[in-house]
Amino acid sequence: MLTRTASWTSHSSMDLEHGSKKHSAAPTAATSTSTILQLRDRFIALQPIVLRASAILATTVAAAVMGLNTQSYTAVVAIIGTKPLMQTFTAKFSDTPAFVYFVTANAIAGAYNLVVLLMRRLILQRRTPSLVVHMLDMVIMVMLATGAATAASMAYLGKNGNLHTRWNPICDKFGSFCSRGGIALVSSFIGVALMLALNLLSAAANASRPNVVGQ
Amino acid sequence: MASISMITNAVRVVLRAVTAAAAGVAAVVMATSQEMSDAFVFGFQMEAKFQYSPSLVFFVIANAVACAYSLLALIVPLESPAARFVLMADVIVSMLLSGAIGAAAAVSDLGKNGNSHAFWQPICGLVETFCQHVGGALISSLVAVILCFLALIYSIYALTKPTSSTESQPQP
Repeated sequence: MLTRTASWTSHSSMDLEHGSKKHSAAPTAATSTSTILQLRDRFIALQPIVLRASAILATTVAAAVMGLNTQSYTAVVAIIGTKPLMQTFTAKFSDTPAFVYFVTANAIAGAYNLVVLLMRRLILQRRTPSLVVHMLDMVIMVMLATGAATAASMAYLGKNGNLHTRWNPICDKFGSFCSRGGIALVSSFIGVALMLALNLLSAAANASRPNVVGQ
Repeated sequence: MASISMITNAVRVVLRAVTAAAAGVAAVVMATSQEMSDAFVFGFQMEAKFQYSPSLVFFVIANAVACAYSLLALIVPLESPAARFVLMADVIVSMLLSGAIGAAAAVSDLGKNGNSHAFWQPICGLVETFCQHVGGALISSLVAVILCFLALIYSIYALTKPTSSTESQPQP
């Protein structure tokens, strides 16, 4: 996949460089091939933008859904004489440092991708800034993966508990807290996959030629 | 790539070897951590093994995979066409390792400090050496992941630095 993308990008830049060499052939065949080439160039140029926008969406959704995740219920704890004593049990994302890290990592990744998307034209003209963006991309992607793995381990514990340490599962009491957390987790994993695809795309672009479309 | 110098190759070999060693140590230390507690709490004697927590099992497996991968990547030289695939696999293995550390650290934090909101009691007071073993394995794996990243960055640098030969690519 790497070499195929690289040859696509080098083909497109060669067409942009060598100009109208292909158009000097028979006119009818050349117009159809030129529109196909234009469509392919546009498809290739749009790939990183679409990937980054989807990654922004996925990570922001994950951060928002987990950040607003709270559920409480009231239960009778004791009965004093004839009056029942109620207590409210609340589950928030900030109860566990794992979920706090999850929300933070997703928020940082969303903000970073937004900044890079908005400043694409400014940053990615030359080689050194585009390499720096590639490195930062990798760092942010690994941070996202770590946050997702940590939250997943905590979610597994919350759903199944641990028999040997006598940790009871909480998902039977806080059902919608758990399902919302699960949605946020899935969204974060999708964000990690999208950022991995972005990483591979910019690796192909950075490796083959210095100033080719790829970020 | 024309010629990769001896120093580049030596640095690459050393990085990968130390990564493999650190990841292997982490896997072994975690796998051999087992303790039966002395005290009887709540009427049962607590036994702590790494198999009792899926996150710790994932940690052992991920570190074993990282160790085997680093040893394999040691063999692939930088000039061969497989070096690009090694780079791609390096990113994925780094993500795997760091995810494993995150998951194991979450469970270890629960074991050490408990969670008052979920009424989960800490266990490190009962099984002290088990907690120390797990902590040592975590530290070793942290070293392994840092070195894995260094190896990745070094591979990127060695693969994409401009060569000094005359038949380099024409500058656009």
